[in-house]
Amino acid sequence: MKVTVRFFAAPREAIGRSEIEQHLPEGATVRQLLDELTAQYPALHRYLETMNMAVNRHYVDLDVELRDGDVVACVPPVGGG
Amino acid sequence: MSAAPKKLFEITIDPLSVDEVVGRLADPSIGAIATFVGVVRGETDGRQVHHLEYEAYPEMAEDMLRQIGAEIQQRWSTIQRVAIVHRVGHQVVGTVSVVIALSAPHREEVFDALHYAIDRLKDIVPIWKKEVWADGYEWRSER
Repeated sequence: MKVTVRFFAAPREAIGRSEIEQHLPEGATVRQLLDELTAQYPALHRYLETMNMAVNRHYVDLDVELRDGDVVACVPPVGGG
Repeated sequence: MSAAPKKLFEITIDPLSVDEVVGRLADPSIGAIATFVGVVRGETDGRQVHHLEYEAYPEMAEDMLRQIGAEIQQRWSTIQRVAIVHRVGHQVVGTVSVVIALSAPHREEVFDALHYAIDRLKDIVPIWKKEVWADGYEWRSER
C-alpha cells in the first residue's frame, strides 16, 4: 500500500523534503512507517522523540494501522500564536 | 469581485485586520465581543528579532481551529460565535500574526473563553514559528 507523508518546519529542513510517497506492507503501523523513514532519512532521528504523528488530519498513537491512501504528517512541537 | 462569505477558522497568507475578523461574528444577539491579537515581538531572550516565518499544515490547522471553537461552545454555553484567523508566511516585527474573536449576549464568559482559545491554539494547532535574527534562526515552541 502507499501513503503520503508530509513534513514541516525543522524536520522538513533537515531532510529537504516537504512530501514523500511511501510504500508499506498492508497493516503497517505508524511506528513501522517511522522506522522506514528514519532508515531512509537518518537526519529525522533527532526529531523522533518530540514529534507527534497525525493521520488524515487527526493526532494518532504510533500503534495505529495505516491504510492505502492515508496522509500522514510528522508534527514537530508546534509554535503558533 | 468575490462576495464569498469568510470562514470563521482560517489560515491565510493575507494581512490581518482585527475589525475584519470581528465582522465575521456579526449577529443581532451579541452584546459583548472579546478579541486577542498576537503580534510579532521585536526581542526574545535578549536577541533582536529580524522577522518571523510562520508555516502551517493548513488543512489540519483549520480543523484544529474549528475544534477549539467547538470546545469553547461546549464549555461556555453563552459563547455565540468564535473566529480564529492565523496568518502564515514572512512577518516583520509588529505584524499581527493571529486574531481570535468571540461573541456572546453578555460579557460573563468571554474572557475565560478567549484565554482558553489562545492557550489551546499554542498547544495543538499545527503551525510553526521560525524566529530569524541577524546571525541565525530557531524554530520556537512553548514545549
